[in-house]
Amino acid sequence: MLHTVSKSPFSHSALDECAKFATKGSPILLIEDGVLAAKPGTKYEEKLKAVIEKNSVYALLPDIKARGIGKLIDGVKPIGYDGFVELVEQHKVVSWV
Amino acid sequence: MNEQETTEQNDENIKKIMFLMRKAPHGSIYSYEGLETVLIVAAYDQDVTMAFIGDGVFALVKDQDTDDIGIKGFIKTYPVLEQYEIEKVYVDRQSMTERGLTVDDFAIDVIVKDSDEIATLIEDQHAVISY
Repeated sequence: MLHTVSKSPFSHSALDECAKFATKGSPILLIEDGVLAAKPGTKYEEKLKAVIEKNSVYALLPDIKARGIGKLIDGVKPIGYDGFVELVEQHKVVSWV
Repeated sequence: MNEQETTEQNDENIKKIMFLMRKAPHGSIYSYEGLETVLIVAAYDQDVTMAFIGDGVFALVKDQDTDDIGIKGFIKTYPVLEQYEIEKVYVDRQSMTERGLTVDDFAIDVIVKDSDEIATLIEDQHAVISY
């Protein structure tokens, strides 16, 4: 399964729950406000690093740019819409809204 | 179409669909809509699994009295799941205990599972819908 997370980790439990119920190795894609989890220097950084240990974490570049996030936490893979499409082609999707 | 073909087609049309029930009741429409959707999907004889995780476990608490907030409430609808032959109703153990609940607090019988078991079930589905 590909897990997409579209909510900020600072106001929603979506990413916490996604991380808890995603099997090891399943890709997690941060989109919309979900990309805020990939910003370095936040209180969520350590949690995201733990997620990166267990899962491949992607973040949608247009959403990152739109929110002025210049640098990502090490290990987060930025992808464009084409990469998003590739992931969706390869996996079924759970959408954590 | 002979009988065997009909059976094969029916099997093919049955999908494993899992509903992740993640929201507390009444504060938003998610919890209610999720239950409605489960019943609709079950009416089409699909292979339905429900997992109550996070605040979703609050939706199952018995003795909910919604009179004074001006809505009908839907806790009385849950027993209908049994009549729709939905037996795979799971609750995440940690979500339940973190919120001070036990199975005795719930309006229906559920099966308590650990998060890794629910994670494995998610991988096994044709479709997973989050509410």
